[in-house]
Amino acid sequence: MVHLRNPALAVWAALMLATVVSTWWLAKDAFTPTVATVAIVLVAALKIRFVMRYFMELRTAPLPWRLATDAWLLTATGVILGIYLF
Amino acid sequence: MSVESEVDPVAVLERRSRHLPGVEGVWVFVIADMTVFGVLFACFMVGRHQDPALFEASRHALNPNFGGVNTLILLTSSLLVVLALDAVRKNRARVASHFLAGAFCCGVAFMVSKAIEYTEKLNANITLLTNDFYMYYFTLTGIHLAHVVAGNVVLFVLWFKARARTFDPDSPTVFECGATYWHMVDLLWIMLFPLLYLLR
Repeated sequence: MVHLRNPALAVWAALMLATVVSTWWLAKDAFTPTVATVAIVLVAALKIRFVMRYFMELRTAPLPWRLATDAWLLTATGVILGIYLF
Repeated sequence: MSVESEVDPVAVLERRSRHLPGVEGVWVFVIADMTVFGVLFACFMVGRHQDPALFEASRHALNPNFGGVNTLILLTSSLLVVLALDAVRKNRARVASHFLAGAFCCGVAFMVSKAIEYTEKLNANITLLTNDFYMYYFTLTGIHLAHVVAGNVVLFVLWFKARARTFDPDSPTVFECGATYWHMVDLLWIMLFPLLYLLR
């Protein structure tokens, strides 16, 4: 099975694990609401970056496209956390 | 010393190997679409900021298991599309069509899950007009669901074309465009889900 050697499989496994951790651990009452929310949003942002780089192949895309997509992610995450915290 | 000898061959090689999947127009569309969602995310956060008690109470009526499972479904479908594209590039169109069929089934599973969730809410007399939180909930998930439906049509077309072996393994541009769109649908849900279901 040549497909089992695809690095996207490891990325997918990490994304699945991060989803399970966010949904069924971080979101429970083990943490204060602020800590849990900030952690959940940051984990989501990290997951999105992995999807961009490894699934959408932006890792090997020309610089302007990497900058544009990273700028979107940074802005969206910053605005969400900014409004939540202040 | 000639001009050519001053050029760093590694840099030239790296520049040549840089590749944007699909066509630039699709990426402009994708980034524009993501920007619209970004604005909607911000609107939701402002609404939440204005009435945190209402948003927190309303959120508790949502079942995060649906959202979590839907995230796992979309991540898996994205992986299957990555594997399908890899198979197309290796001239293994039949294998690619199997992966695409799997990705399509994941998309259908997402739609079924959403239909069950919407039905639950409507049976509990929760609608778009119940309050601001549910206005955002139905609007945001509804727009995203429309993207999933469109993405599934794209996946079906790619599956059909893969079976007909119409992709050029060296430059499967149409496939790359469709894959980029489908990953965007996945990516948007990754942020939308915690905003609606998990934020405390």
